[in-house]
Amino acid sequence: MGYNCVVCIKQVPDTGKVTGDAMKADGTINRAALPAIFNPEDQNALEAALKVRDQHGGTVTVITMGLPSACAILREALMCGADKAYLVTDRRAAASDTLATSYILAQAVKMLKPDLVFCGRQAIDGDTAQTGPQIAEKLGATLVTYLEGLEIKDGYAYATRNIGTGTEKVKAKLPALFTVMEKCGELRPFEVRRAMKYKKARAPMELSKETAEADYAALKAKGLDIGQWSLDDIACDLTRCGKAGSPTLVNKIVNVVLSGGEFQEYQPTDEDVGRLVGSLIADHTIG
Amino acid sequence: MANFYKDNPEIAEIIDALDLTEVAGLLENGFAYAKEYDFAPENAADAIDNYKRALDVCGKIAGERIEPTAEATDRVGNILEDDGTVTYTPGIKLAIELYGKSGLMGATLPYYLGGLNMPCTILTALNDIVSRADCSLMNMFGLQGIAETINAFADEDIKRQYVPRLATGELTGAMVLTEPDAGSDLQSVKTIAYQDEKGEWFVSGVKRFITNGCGDVLLVLARTEPGTTNGSGLSCLLVEKCPQVKVRRIEHKLGINGSPTCELVFKDAPAKLIGQRRRGLITYVMALMNGARVGISAQGTGVGEAAYRAAREYAASRKQFGVTIDTFPAIRELLANMSVDLQASRALAYYSSKSVDLEGGLTKKFESLKGTPEAMAVRGRMKKYSAFNKMLTPMAKYYASEMAMRVSNNAVSVLGGSGYMKDYPVERYFRDARICSIYEGTSQLQIVAAIAGVEGGLVPEAVADVLEGVELDDTLKAKTAEIGKLVDELGEAIKAVKDYPDGKMYHSLQARRLVDAGIAAIVGALFVRLAAKNPAKRQSLEYWLNVQFPAVRAGLEVAKGGYVSSVTDFETLAPMPKAE
Repeated sequence: MGYNCVVCIKQVPDTGKVTGDAMKADGTINRAALPAIFNPEDQNALEAALKVRDQHGGTVTVITMGLPSACAILREALMCGADKAYLVTDRRAAASDTLATSYILAQAVKMLKPDLVFCGRQAIDGDTAQTGPQIAEKLGATLVTYLEGLEIKDGYAYATRNIGTGTEKVKAKLPALFTVMEKCGELRPFEVRRAMKYKKARAPMELSKETAEADYAALKAKGLDIGQWSLDDIACDLTRCGKAGSPTLVNKIVNVVLSGGEFQEYQPTDEDVGRLVGSLIADHTIG
Repeated sequence: MANFYKDNPEIAEIIDALDLTEVAGLLENGFAYAKEYDFAPENAADAIDNYKRALDVCGKIAGERIEPTAEATDRVGNILEDDGTVTYTPGIKLAIELYGKSGLMGATLPYYLGGLNMPCTILTALNDIVSRADCSLMNMFGLQGIAETINAFADEDIKRQYVPRLATGELTGAMVLTEPDAGSDLQSVKTIAYQDEKGEWFVSGVKRFITNGCGDVLLVLARTEPGTTNGSGLSCLLVEKCPQVKVRRIEHKLGINGSPTCELVFKDAPAKLIGQRRRGLITYVMALMNGARVGISAQGTGVGEAAYRAAREYAASRKQFGVTIDTFPAIRELLANMSVDLQASRALAYYSSKSVDLEGGLTKKFESLKGTPEAMAVRGRMKKYSAFNKMLTPMAKYYASEMAMRVSNNAVSVLGGSGYMKDYPVERYFRDARICSIYEGTSQLQIVAAIAGVEGGLVPEAVADVLEGVELDDTLKAKTAEIGKLVDELGEAIKAVKDYPDGKMYHSLQARRLVDAGIAAIVGALFVRLAAKNPAKRQSLEYWLNVQFPAVRAGLEVAKGGYVSSVTDFETLAPMPKAE
């Protein structure tokens, strides 16, 4: 039997390419200065879902929440093999923290009634690792974090998860949500035929306003439509979305510049190695 | 994480400068396929965008996944197991899997057989990218020529049986031509193919130096006409991997260790005839070989790219006498030479590939228009590119192979002692590059193939073809005139060679010098075309005219001089070593 998989993905600024102007004066990220990419661990999450489909059949649907420009990563997911893509976009969702975001995404995921939900462990812009677990809580799904390997048998998920000092194997009831780590496998490359096809996929908000309706119908006829949901479409309680639904308040952002202290030189002798280890233990770097 | 397409803008630059609009229209049958396949392009811009997306996918796999495996692939090599099967290195296995799944193993195959229907020019760029990541991988990736040959010549049911699975990498193939006594001289192939009373074909014989001979689908050149001793008695047969085909050994080579080079023994192996009898060598293998030569022009370019980059980066970081070594004029000249040599090779390889595309596309168009008034115009151009290809394909293969050797050799020089060590990849590039001028016809044989076109006056025609539609400012007009001058000097040298008393001997002695000058003129024109769009290429053009032109002119002087001592005084100049 096949499983319906949903993967929540996020477009993020490529923090690996941080330069001097990466931060605005108010301490927030200058998104314009960094290329927007498919969050790395969300790519691993998509790969995990595609592997489930390879083995058992079913479908893989990707969802992202963001501006229409985030459709770029939905197209990438389609090019890699995802069956269907949805954009959740709504001005009223702006300034959502992880609590509000997870609520909105959970509402969207519910529409698809999946057996398995995959999220990247964390996004490289916020590094909170909170959104996935909070979605699971709202869905009432079994939560398996730090996923490194997965097998599905007899309607159960047998998951290998990283516990910091090693791994453990757990058996989980479906529906389940997994937060996925790099070890689950690198996302497969685009299939060129799919790249040729899905480069033309668009969500309604990406189309020019005057002809959007007719153009979208034409895209739909060719299977090139990216689904688009507003908060109303997924029955959101607006008090739980955007600023209103976000209890997190950023008090202050401090730009921390790490500066090197004085350094000590050690010779490659037993005595100096002993000294080095002693000092590392003393400042709790090791031990 | 490197993308070997995106980090090398020259690839897209040359593709843009060559303008594949016409090629795309011909291949896509006027974009009629768009109605049948939802991924097929709707117009030329759409098609060219697809080509670049394919290159992007290829570049990402090459840079991120394959290049990191290349060193281990070289060190470990493929393994012949006791049961006669061959285990690929992990890197090669991964590459076949990734490129197969992406669809790139069927780049030029038609849509209905699982391919991407892309031009040869794009396959050349793909091979260029793949070879930069791992030179030896091109031998596997480039084996799509096997599927192309089946597609071009086999019956429909054979095509449908094999081609789609070759396009996904589920099957791999091999062209099985060479024998212990039949290398460059394939007419003397001894392997036989015979029919039983039911008309079924079987193959028996020994083949040597077979790239990926352990593959699943073997295209075997065998003698089907007993009693014949020349090429007209040879046919092409498809043999599937089976117990009657044994890999007897895999060769231990100087380089390209990722490519398993097998010795094969066929003992009454069941076979299927491809196309018609007697046309095996004359038609099918020649077509296959031409495709393979285009492939090597890309392979040489790719390994040259890898070597150049390693040297350029090393020179910028290596400090001696208090400064980085790229500040020394001698090193600068080495690197500038390498870079321009590489640019020339890529431009020539891509241009010759486009010419292959035009010949193929125009041939199909001509066949569909036969009997109509437009057919004659198409026929003229079809013939032009057909003649070009007989000259350009061997020129590109020859130039790229020699360039790869020069550039990888110089890369070792730039790295000095480090370059000689296994700690750096340049010694591997140096070893890998060496094969390019040997297989699919040695450099000497490419000259033999190209010289007829050069002597037949095709160089000025090719120069004019390259420059067609290019807007020339005054500077470029002056440069074009310089190219014209070299073309005239080449004409004089051709005449001098033809007029020499012992024509045949002298002609074959001087052919290389004439071909070199022809290549210099065509590449000069290509640099003009590139420079018209990109000002930075004006420096390359200038360099080419100032450095390469004098070098080939010196060759033309020798060609005109009538000096034949290497042939007539051979025994004195190259005495046979005597035992004590």
